[in-house]
Amino acid sequence: MDIRSQISMVFHLDKCIGCHTCSIACKNIWTDRKGAEYMWWNNVETKPGTGYPSKWEDQDIYKGGWEMKGKNLTLKGAGKFKGLKNMFHNPNLPVIDDYYEPWTYQYEHLFEAEEGDDQPVARPVSLITGEYMTPKSGPNWDDDLSGSQEYARKDVNFRNLSTQEQEAMFQLERMTMHYLPRICNHCLNPACVAACPSGAIYKRGEDGIVLINQKKCRAWRMCVTACPYKKSYYNWNTGKSEKCLLCYPRLESGQIPACMHSCVGRIRYLGVMLYDADKIKAVASCPESELVDRQLEIYLDPFDPEVINAAKENGIADSTIDAAQKSPVYKFVKKWGLALPLHPEFRTLPNLFYVPPLLPTMAFVENGTYETTSESFWGAIEKSRLPIKYLANLFSAGNEKTIEVVLKKLMAVRLHRRNVTVGDLPENEVTDPMKEVSMDKDTADAIFRLTSLPLFSDRFVIPAAHREEAMEMLESTADVKGNHGFGFKEPPKRGL
Amino acid sequence: MFNNFFFIGLPYAALAVMLVGSIFRYLNFGFKVSSLSTQFLETKELFYGSRPFHWGLLYLFFGHLVAFLFPRSVLLWNSMPVRLLILEIVAFGFGISAFFGLFLLIVRRLKYKRLIVVANKMDIVVYVILAVQIISGLWIAFFFRWGSSWFAGTMTPYIQSIFIFTPDIAAVSAMPLAVKIHIISGFTMIGIIPFTRFIHFLVYPFSYIWRPYQYVIWNWDRKTIRKSKKLVNGVRSKNN
Repeated sequence: MDIRSQISMVFHLDKCIGCHTCSIACKNIWTDRKGAEYMWWNNVETKPGTGYPSKWEDQDIYKGGWEMKGKNLTLKGAGKFKGLKNMFHNPNLPVIDDYYEPWTYQYEHLFEAEEGDDQPVARPVSLITGEYMTPKSGPNWDDDLSGSQEYARKDVNFRNLSTQEQEAMFQLERMTMHYLPRICNHCLNPACVAACPSGAIYKRGEDGIVLINQKKCRAWRMCVTACPYKKSYYNWNTGKSEKCLLCYPRLESGQIPACMHSCVGRIRYLGVMLYDADKIKAVASCPESELVDRQLEIYLDPFDPEVINAAKENGIADSTIDAAQKSPVYKFVKKWGLALPLHPEFRTLPNLFYVPPLLPTMAFVENGTYETTSESFWGAIEKSRLPIKYLANLFSAGNEKTIEVVLKKLMAVRLHRRNVTVGDLPENEVTDPMKEVSMDKDTADAIFRLTSLPLFSDRFVIPAAHREEAMEMLESTADVKGNHGFGFKEPPKRGL
Repeated sequence: MFNNFFFIGLPYAALAVMLVGSIFRYLNFGFKVSSLSTQFLETKELFYGSRPFHWGLLYLFFGHLVAFLFPRSVLLWNSMPVRLLILEIVAFGFGISAFFGLFLLIVRRLKYKRLIVVANKMDIVVYVILAVQIISGLWIAFFFRWGSSWFAGTMTPYIQSIFIFTPDIAAVSAMPLAVKIHIISGFTMIGIIPFTRFIHFLVYPFSYIWRPYQYVIWNWDRKTIRKSKKLVNGVRSKNN
């Protein structure tokens, strides 16, 4: 058993209001630079929709992630042979138009225009060429199902839904959507790390954050292809790839990543998970239907004395073990089984988990009218507007049973709380659903509290980074006393 | 004077600058060591330019290297006219491939504003010198046959003499102008490696072939710290 610690996250999709505050917070800190304007390390997509970059989930186009070739786990579009062979031209690389061409507006013109008959306007200007341009797409072009003919209908996750099921989703009365905020998953089996020929991408042992060494990156571009979530971005100006760094300078000083700190809906949770690194390969190679369950098995119970001993043996700090015990992620993922990884079929073992949305199941269409009253208070999960199959394509590699259980648990919590606060439901209407998912009242209350009324310190449990000890081994701290900042001081000028 | 300058001075200057400059740039300006790929801005035309250009040059580079390292074997191979013809035609083919690749790459660069924006002054130098090198090479191959054979008798001794610090330029001094241009631009190319994107060929990722796929870096040696009974910290982790 090789126990390591990993900073992981839970996003509660029922709470996401799609305000993009997270994206803006991230952009302002990290990607508001030349060459990085198009990058959204954090982005929020409307589902159904094609996402950003367009159709990123379709690995027939982008060849991201891992696949099983016989008994071997191999990279789909990169790897040692394919990577070196395609170095001179990578056939599976998305280009900037798959994301969007970044632009600004010519605001000065509003002030400096010559006097004339017309109102001056601020025309859009490309941030790459500086020429006038007509924006044709953007990172959230299909926000709130806009242009759903072009975008939502082309969602890759519809692939195994019947035409009838698809049509049903787009009937005006049944139309439904939810938001999907995405950052780098800091995977346990990262495809970007495996695909990098220079060895510039690495996973930090202490907290599992995946980073790109800007000095070692040589622009071979394989990480962009290999990451199935398209969360490694190529900076066209500096000729280096960049990605979400989970705000590690903030984490190391005990602060929350900017996207999570600024989250208006408070949908984000962050905490430590202990996992067994010896099992990574076996779990990543298991049959598709078992992927979710097997991945959840890899995370260990931080209260188990055996696990604690093994963790100590492996050099994990007491503070980290303590943080793992308080981790909200552990509760959502392991204890309550409410959160699932996004697209586990890519086999990267992502560490960002989503509580799937319990979309409005209250109202349904009957005899052509929009019926909001029904016999039972909430409609059944099976009658959900969003087909369970669709959610299964997103969060459980097509396994509908897994999603159903999670949704039933979420429903049981709601029924229980309705009973506590209003008490207008018949006894069996509350107890039966709770019995079905074997949930007691205390658990339901605990889920409710962490979902609806969590304190800042409940949502985010950051272990001490012990960076001070680490630094002392790398360099004499006296040398850098009185200095500030981190990293190297070279300006990000394009190489010769 | 002319010959001394270009065939003794230039090679040593170029090799020295290449060695010192590349190491200096690698160690001190790691951020600037990059292949500066523009595929992200334009991919379709890059395919037709980059692939033939790189594969062509790669073959020619190793061809020159083999002729320099094993002149006897090359001569032996060439002892049969058919084999000589095959070698020359294949090499010429790769030369043409590199030429067309370069041509398409230059056209592509000029065609798209996006690519002009990311080009720098040294890129123009790179294009010019590559064009001179490839065209003069094709010129020699076509008009001064059969290069693969006379290379062994004239060029190999010259280059060897450079490397053993007893430069002998008698043979190259008598060469036609096209060959002289080819040599001069060749050494110039080596000399400008640290100042141009040429540096990317020195950092070709061979280590990827034998390294394991996953790569984990530890900031500190966690086990040593955890078990240490000493008051001072443990040792610096090896992977840093």
